[in-house]
Amino acid sequence: MVAKRLDEGESVQSDYARMLLQRFLVRLLTMLVTLFGVAIVVFVVIRVAPGDPIAMMLPPGASDDDIARLRALYGLDKSIVQQFFIWLGGVLHGDFGTSISLRQDVLGLVFDRLPATLELATVALLMAIAIGATAAILGARSRGTAIEAGIDIASGATLSIPDFLWGLVLILLFGVLVPVFDISGRVSPELDLPFVTQFYLVESILRLRFDLTWDLLKHMLMPAVALALPLAAIIAQLLKQSLKEVLDLDYVVLARVKGFSETQVILREALKNAALPTLTLAGVQFTFLIGGTVIVERLFSYEGLGNMAIDAVINRDLPLIQGIVLVFALLFVLINLAVDMMYALLNPRLRHG
Amino acid sequence: MDEARIPRRGLSPRLWLAGGWLLLALLAAIFAPLVAPQDPLAQDLMLERLPPFWLDGAEPGYWLGTDSLGRDLLSRLIFGGRIAFIVAFAAAISACFIGSALGLIAGYFGGWADRIISRIVDVWMAFPPVLFAILLVAVLGTGLSSVILAIAIIDWTRFCRVIRAEAMSQARMDYVESARVAGYGRIGIMLREVLPNVLPSVVALLSLEMGIAVIVEAILSFVNLSISTDDPTWGSIIAEGRLSIHQAWWVLVFPLITLILTVLSFSQFGEALKARFDPVLR
Repeated sequence: MVAKRLDEGESVQSDYARMLLQRFLVRLLTMLVTLFGVAIVVFVVIRVAPGDPIAMMLPPGASDDDIARLRALYGLDKSIVQQFFIWLGGVLHGDFGTSISLRQDVLGLVFDRLPATLELATVALLMAIAIGATAAILGARSRGTAIEAGIDIASGATLSIPDFLWGLVLILLFGVLVPVFDISGRVSPELDLPFVTQFYLVESILRLRFDLTWDLLKHMLMPAVALALPLAAIIAQLLKQSLKEVLDLDYVVLARVKGFSETQVILREALKNAALPTLTLAGVQFTFLIGGTVIVERLFSYEGLGNMAIDAVINRDLPLIQGIVLVFALLFVLINLAVDMMYALLNPRLRHG
Repeated sequence: MDEARIPRRGLSPRLWLAGGWLLLALLAAIFAPLVAPQDPLAQDLMLERLPPFWLDGAEPGYWLGTDSLGRDLLSRLIFGGRIAFIVAFAAAISACFIGSALGLIAGYFGGWADRIISRIVDVWMAFPPVLFAILLVAVLGTGLSSVILAIAIIDWTRFCRVIRAEAMSQARMDYVESARVAGYGRIGIMLREVLPNVLPSVVALLSLEMGIAVIVEAILSFVNLSISTDDPTWGSIIAEGRLSIHQAWWVLVFPLITLILTVLSFSQFGEALKARFDPVLR
């Protein structure tokens, strides 16, 4: 009897593992299809562009011969289908081509800038979670009062105003009116940087150079807040809603009867069960946040991937645009994959049957 | 059910404020040549960086001050509203048309149509939207129609995802089944039965999308990729204001307030419409 029950337990376990693996593989496959689609779309869109990138590289008065040679060098003399497969073949070997405007390896350029964007997005995400969760807990704690109504109105308005406008508001408030934070660049240019990687923030902490950490954070704060506010508002609304639903359940009522204060009840009992729906949506919203870095980096002259992308478009730097768009797309699908797997792992309904 | 007991929704002060602002801005934009106190393009270096009317050094007739070329800010904002509203209406309606049509087909017919359309939506969602917009306008060439087209090409997925889900749940309802039994064709049922039922969601989304279109146009002007540089747009005024922020803060503050009010109003309007039409809330 006992042995049999153990067997059943094991088979439920392995069914669950198989289900997870299957889900993961299906997701991975759709992810590859999506990336392939992105590659085709961006490739076609760029190739229909009028304006000759080669003519822009050469000084005026270059001979037709020079133009033809350079064209052949960048493979632009072949048909669009041939160009696509040559490029795709290169990408699969880690070769994204050479930037036309900067004349450097695209992958190298992208890897130089990506850490700046990742650090900015991560700091923004942490801020959004902190602000959003605080507002949600406060709102759920004082449900039905003026505080909750205030949080509702504030989060509704915050949500409607996009990161671009928040960035401008912050520049006015803390760059001009009360100039306490830096509104331009990633780090003060006069500082001597001992870094070997591009993860400045992480490295400054690891090297215990907190003076540099502080300078980096001072530059990062405004763009990060601009990116964080809309996401914080969404988290506040969703989490508050699920907290309020959970707070009426029996086990929470029991905890309250046991004498825990309302805040303790929320933090110890309700939060972990209410967080799951928020997590699923926060994943998609995090990709929107990363998409927002493009214009916010521009606004604050922050030297990240998005800022470089806008320059690449203005310079008609085809290989660089392709590389950057593909890296963004990769980031987006990876985040969605991670959130989906996390959901499958944490959701008790999926875990137990 | 007793009608009187249901609280009347929708005519809240917030809705009045939002509608009032949009109507004011829209009328000012339509009658811009009559309303604007100055020529929005007239430069006068004698009048550069005049402050708004309540500060020392202001000139009568230049209510919100002037920019670094001596152009009247209020007049530029009023004329910029024309571009903003044209883009808002044209881009949002185009995106709505493409997205709703594809969403309706995917949701109602399902099967292969759904699979293909959903894959395309996945691909579209993997693009950073602002970068996609900048790229499209660079490709299509700057100009009003390029901006409208770019926004429609990018944002149709918002409509498609919502309408697909709605159409899917509608398609399973009894009334669709009885229409089929009654002998209506699939396309007839889709247009005559399913479409009217998803319409409230469409209208609410449309209002939200108009606000988004205004922002995207401002972002494109900000990176100097919207319409020709001569015509004033809210984004180009903001770009100028960002540069002269330490000398003339008002050149950034007023277009920013205008944009925020407009975006908030569009979203409040959308929320109110959703609440009014939502059968569950009603």
